[in-house]
Amino acid sequence: MLSTQTLHVWSSITFVSALAVAGEVLIAAGMRQLGDLDDIRAHSGLLGAIRAVLTNGKFVIGALCMAVNFFAMLFALSIADLSLAAPAIASFTYIGNAFAAKIFLREKVDHRRWLATGFVAVGVALLAR
Amino acid sequence: MTHRLKPSQYAVLIAIMLTASVGDSLLSRGMEQVGKVDLHHLGLLWHALFNPFVDAGIVLLIGFFACYTAALSWADLTFVMPATAFGYVVIALLGRFWLHEQLSLSRWAGIALIVCAVGFVAGGPARTEHPELDHMDAGVGR
Repeated sequence: MLSTQTLHVWSSITFVSALAVAGEVLIAAGMRQLGDLDDIRAHSGLLGAIRAVLTNGKFVIGALCMAVNFFAMLFALSIADLSLAAPAIASFTYIGNAFAAKIFLREKVDHRRWLATGFVAVGVALLAR
Repeated sequence: MTHRLKPSQYAVLIAIMLTASVGDSLLSRGMEQVGKVDLHHLGLLWHALFNPFVDAGIVLLIGFFACYTAALSWADLTFVMPATAFGYVVIALLGRFWLHEQLSLSRWAGIALIVCAVGFVAGGPARTEHPELDHMDAGVGR
């Protein structure tokens, strides 16, 4: 049976990973909506590019998710060992992002990208051992 | 739109690798000094903002966020994430050759897997084209 401490650790790891996936997918959706920032900067200047980003709803909600994720990460690192929390969160986030990008962003996640995502997730876990 | 990246776009990917890795390391060092934060002592999170390592980590992570945002404007999420995972390898190799740390067999295996992963995505297109969606989004986003 799982101890309360173990449950807290894995709950916080799952929560931080889910927030990261939500934030990154929303930011990616917002940036895809805007298009290449270099083109916007060439057309409207640096301030115009910054304004375009900061007034994009998906980007703002995604950035808020990442801000909450930042403090949740600090909390998770304080109750879980860094050697467990960091690779677990990174691995879950890589795999979650691949699924979310395929479903919500309709990215073409081919065999090459699935392999890359899996290799990074396992590689990060191995690096932390 | 071409899938081939420009030199400046490769520079953005390298900046993402370095700022994320070093920023995370600085945050970790800072939080070690701040101490354990639990639900009854959330005020320590505010205290953490006055730690120089946490501050330096935050500055680097703001730089990371700007570069990451720029990269997502011309590349897929599933391209940018594995491509920038090479930062983990940089940190491990810095530890081995600069700090003279010993790398275990499992860490070398992790490095090999991440290098392979970067090779997989680097050989493929950076962006999935959705002409109909991009056309609709362009009207909404600007």
